[in-house]
Formats: sequence, structure tokens, C-alpha cells
Amino acid sequence: MKIAVCIKRVPDTELRFAIAADGKSLDPAGLKYDLSDFDGYAIEVGLRMIEQAKTGEVVIIALGPDAVQETIRKSFSMGAERGVHLRADTIPSDGLLIARALAAELKDGGYDLILFGRMATDSAAGIVGPMTAQLMGLPCVTAISQLAIADGRGTARRELEGVAEVVTFPLPAVLTIDEGIARARLPSLKGIMAAKKKTIESKPVELGEPHLTVERMELPAERSGGRIVGEGPDAVPELVRLLKTEAKVI
Amino acid sequence: MGNTFAFAESRGGALRTVAFEAVTAARRAAEVSGGGEVHALVVGAPGIAGQAEQLARHGADLITVVEHAGLERYNPESVAATVAARIGAGAYRAAFFAASAQGRDLAPRVAAALGKSLASDVVAFELQGETFIVRHPVYAGKAMVTLRLTGSPALISLRPGAVAAAEARGGGRVEQAQPALDPSAAKVVVTELLDRGGAKLDLGEAPVIVSGGRGLRAAEHFALVEALAAAFGNAAVGATRAVTDDGWRPATDQIGQTGRVVSPDLYVAVGISGAVQHLAGMRTAKTIVAINKDKDAPIFKIADYGIVGDLFEIVPRLTEEIRKAKAGA
Ligand SMILES: Cc1cc2nc3c(=O)[nH]c(=O)nc-3n(C[C@H](O)[C@H](O)[C@H](O)COP(=O)(O)OP(=O)(O)OC[C@H]3O[C@@H](n4cnc5c(N)ncnc54)[C@H](O)[C@@H]3O)c2cc1C
Ligand SMILES: Nc1ncnc2c1ncn2[C@@H]1O[C@H](COP(=O)(O)O)[C@@H](O)[C@H]1O
Repeated sequence: MKIAVCIKRVPDTELRFAIAADGKSLDPAGLKYDLSDFDGYAIEVGLRMIEQAKTGEVVIIALGPDAVQETIRKSFSMGAERGVHLRADTIPSDGLLIARALAAELKDGGYDLILFGRMATDSAAGIVGPMTAQLMGLPCVTAISQLAIADGRGTARRELEGVAEVVTFPLPAVLTIDEGIARARLPSLKGIMAAKKKTIESKPVELGEPHLTVERMELPAERSGGRIVGEGPDAVPELVRLLKTEAKVI
Repeated sequence: MGNTFAFAESRGGALRTVAFEAVTAARRAAEVSGGGEVHALVVGAPGIAGQAEQLARHGADLITVVEHAGLERYNPESVAATVAARIGAGAYRAAFFAASAQGRDLAPRVAAALGKSLASDVVAFELQGETFIVRHPVYAGKAMVTLRLTGSPALISLRPGAVAAAEARGGGRVEQAQPALDPSAAKVVVTELLDRGGAKLDLGEAPVIVSGGRGLRAAEHFALVEALAAAFGNAAVGATRAVTDDGWRPATDQIGQTGRVVSPDLYVAVGISGAVQHLAGMRTAKTIVAINKDKDAPIFKIADYGIVGDLFEIVPRLTEEIRKAKAGA
């Protein structure tokens, strides 16, 4: 079993954000970067598949500046075997350009499964996975919350609004991973040691002209809330009055 | 100045609200770009043609109906091929999809098939000359980007509810078409549709959400949350990841960065601390109420109204008062 996991290095959203002087990006001061949440789940799914199959490897693919190598190393310490760094000065906001570069890299890799996060926590787009699948002509199931593979076929579950779909597909296939399958394991000490010996192949990519570019970035207006109506059950009538007359939601 | 396109999403033989939102957006885009027709496409099992009139009422001038027994359930490959072929042949200025579960699956496939860029999960758009300017929340809702989308057609998926569906009489011509890919030739097959039952109102559509956190202490105490939701009558029940992790509620109820993102009129947070990952899923609610025994809990920083105290005393009282208010209304 040969599994590729495409990962993105993103700013940690728990930290306080400020907008940079260009008005189009985050102020890098004080930012920390990490693996995008769902990509961590995707690595976990890949590792479990390999453990189950008892043979094969998880290959990590990340497009971006040199700093993405740090994120690839983190995946190594979780258990991934190899990494491919597609070198670009910045990560474009046009997902199609990323998908094209990934598709070109993955095309001749002989992968049985290609895994993505349901969406990246920075772009919150959820498009690079299915675009890559389409460009490669591979079957694709998005936002899956359960997965079973047997005899070259997969069965997955997708959550829609109010209902769930059960989907079957042949391998090789592209899957994007949602919440619910697997939490990312923590790097083990042994894994961290082993990661140092694993190799990252770095190659430049040509991205082409973007058709989706950032004009402006803003912080959302702070909610001006923060009003404590009162303490304990005696505050309830006042709350209900406010909901009725002020917020007008009941 | 060029026509616009809308994909009209359906499920189980009926159009979904997001279909009318997409048509409304396409109508608006046609108007600001100096006129042009709105073309909608709907796919489904035989009989789906009966839905065309509703699209005309929301402004569709031409409705392409693709009926096929193999399209009773969503068939990603066949539908993507069909939509891509239609858009490719239409020389459209813009094409709109819903950023719903189905639309998020479909739109990127269509975009890649056409070799066009896609602006995903858009909450507002405008036209500057030939260029679409769109807004989209990023970094788990902690920032908003304004993006410039060039090229024709501009492909846009709209966050459900971002554009309110509005009626406007369209020409309403109906044409039948065949799927561009035989559904039975598709490799990915939806074999079952599971009704999760329970919640009648989807989290994405409910005007009121009552959400519970670890403060409830045990699965059975969610009865309190459900009773409050029932008192509202138009409420769905949500939860934090702490709760879904412990199996008190299904993972599908989770709201937040790695769960559902919701914007109800009213969000009631019961025994929820207000971690950033949770706030990412509900900070755009119009009104937020928090009930928490810790007056320093971060949830109070974004709540419009807070009550400090024991939820086990406050929630039953609130349920009673809401019931009264609803009965009197
Ligand atoms: C990668 C990642 C992704 C995540 N994604 C999500 C996500 O999508 N959604 C999400 O929700 N979380 C997510 N989390 C988890 C998040 O960080 C928090 O751990 C979680 O939201 C906390 O849930 P909680 O508020 O129920 O529990 P707690 O933080 O334990 O809060 C319980 C609250 O209940 C109050 N309380 C206790 N007893 C009472 C009482 N009797 N009366 C009134 N109040 C009481 C306490 O004061 C406290 O504030 C994610 C975390 C990570 C690392
Ligand atoms: N620069 C990148 N390098 C590798 N994989 C990426 C990159 N950007 C996005 N992806 C993958 O595509 C998924 C969806 O990203 P997005 O469409 O931006 O939400 C991510 O979860 C990753 O799995």
C-alpha cells in the first residue's frame, strides 16, 4: 500500500492575529505555524492504513517555501517515511494552481490512496483535494468521516446536512478527511529520532498565473457583547425580556 | 453582457433552499453586469422537472433539466461532467454553486474540469468592471479576505444563507438534457442515504441553536438542552468537541473549527468555556447567549447576554420562561 498525504503549513489560529502593513496578509510577528488540523487527521488515517496492511509507506507532499520542510519533519516524527517538498516562494490563494502542481507530482507516483484534509484552516476553501482528483482523473470522495478498505475497494461515509451518505469507490482514489475518523497522534520520541534520518526531496515548481488573489485582509469587527445580565436563575426573566425587546429573536 | 449560471441543488427529488440562493445570486450578478439571462441546471431522477417552475419564480430564464434514473442520489462524477459541459458550452460570465456539503464536493471538480479558478465559501460579492470581488472568512473566522477573481466564467460557491433567496419572475423556459457521463459509468457510487433521524432541523438551517458543553457533566443531562431547544420550537442542538469526543453527542453535532460553522439568529451556549476552536464555528451568530458558572469564561467576551451561575438551575428556568413567552407570542 502506497499512500500520499498532501499537507499544508498554516498559522496556528489559537494565537492573536494582526494584519501586516500591506493590508493583505497576517503580520508574521508572533505567529506560529503548524500542520493544518485536518491534514493531521489525514496523516493519521494513512498511518493506520499502513499499519493495518503491514506493508507500504506514507509519503508526505507539501508545496510552499522552505519552511514547509519543518512541517514535513513533524509528519516524519509521527511515522511518515518520505517527503516531497514542492518549492514555491509563497503558497498561492488560487487553489487551482496548487492542485495542478500536486497533480503533476502525484501522477506517476503509483499511489493507492491520496489523502487531503477536508479543508485547510487558513484558506478554509476545501477545494485542492477534489480539484487534484479531477485533474488526475481519479475517483474522489470528499469530507469522509469513516473509511474501510478491502480488496482494492473502499467504503466511506460522508456527513451532509441532516443525513449521511455511504459511498463506495475503487482504488486508486483521492479522499479528503473530515472530523470523526481519527485524531492525529503525537510525535513519539522514537519518531523524532527517526525523523532526522528521513529524507525530503525538494524540487522547484512553476505555478503559473493566479486568477484568485488577495486584495485586502481584515480582522472581523469585534463583537461588542460582554454584557452580564445577572447571576443565577433570577436573571432569567430579564434575559428573556432582552431577547424579546432588544435582540428581537423570540 | 453575458449570461450567468446557477447550479440548483436538490435532494430526494426536491430543491434545497440553497438552490434559490444560487439563482438569486446569478440574477443579481446578471443585473449588475448590465443584463443577460440566468440559466439554471437541475439534475435528478425522472420527475425533477416538476421543480423547474420554482426556479423560474426566483429568476431563472432557462432551466436545463437533466433527468435520469441513475441520478436519484448525488452522483459526483456524472453531475460534475454534466455541469462542466453545460458551463463550457454557455460562455457564462459567472457560475454559482452552494458551499453546502454537495456543492463543496461538486464545484471544485467542475472548476478543475474547466481549468478555471474557484472562489469558495463566499459570503459577499460585487463586480468591479469585469472582475468579481468576493469576501470569504479565513483562519477559522478570525480574519476576512477580499479576493479578486478574474477570468470568465468566474466560479463562486456561496456560503448557505449568505445571499437570501428572493423571488423575481424569470423567463422560465425549460429544456431537457442528457447527463454528459452515464451515471452507471461512474466509479464513485453513493449506495445509501442514512437519515440520522433525531434532529429535524439541520444545524445549518435552524434559526436557533442551543449548544451544550462539558459543563453538562454527563450525556443524560443533555435532556436539559433538548428541552430548551424544544421550548424554542425552531431550535437545533449543537455541542462542543469535548462533548462529542466523550460520545455524549454524535460527531455531527460538533460546532467549531473542525465541526460545523453556523450563523443562527440566536446561539445559546450552555456550560461551554468558549475555546477559540469552538468560537470559530459560531462567532457569526446574530445574538449569542452564554450560561456559565465561571464569570471569567472566554465565552462571555463574545456573548451579547450572559448569565453567571449553575446551568442546572438556570436552564430549567429559562426553558419555562421561553415556553411562556412563546405561548404568549
Ligand atoms: C485541532 C483542534 C480542533 C478543535 N476543534 C474544535 C471544534 O471544532 N469545536 C469545539 O467545540 N472544540 C474544538 N476543539 C476543542 C477546544 O479546544 C476545547 O477543548 C473545547 O471546545 C472545550 O469544550 P467545552 O467548552 O465543552 O469544555 P470546557 O472547556 O471544559 O468548558 C466547560 C465549561 O463549563 C462550565 N461549567 C461547568 N459546570 C458548570 C455548571 N454547573 N454550570 C454552568 N457552567 C458550568 C465551566 O466553567 C467551563 O467554562 C479543538 C481542539 C483542537 C486542538
Ligand atoms: N500548499 C499545499 N501543499 C500541499 N497540500 C496542500 C496545500 N494546500 C492545500 N493542500 C491540501 O489541500 C487541502 C485543502 O486545502 P484548501 O482547498 O486550501 O482548503 C489541505 O487540507 C491539504 O491537504
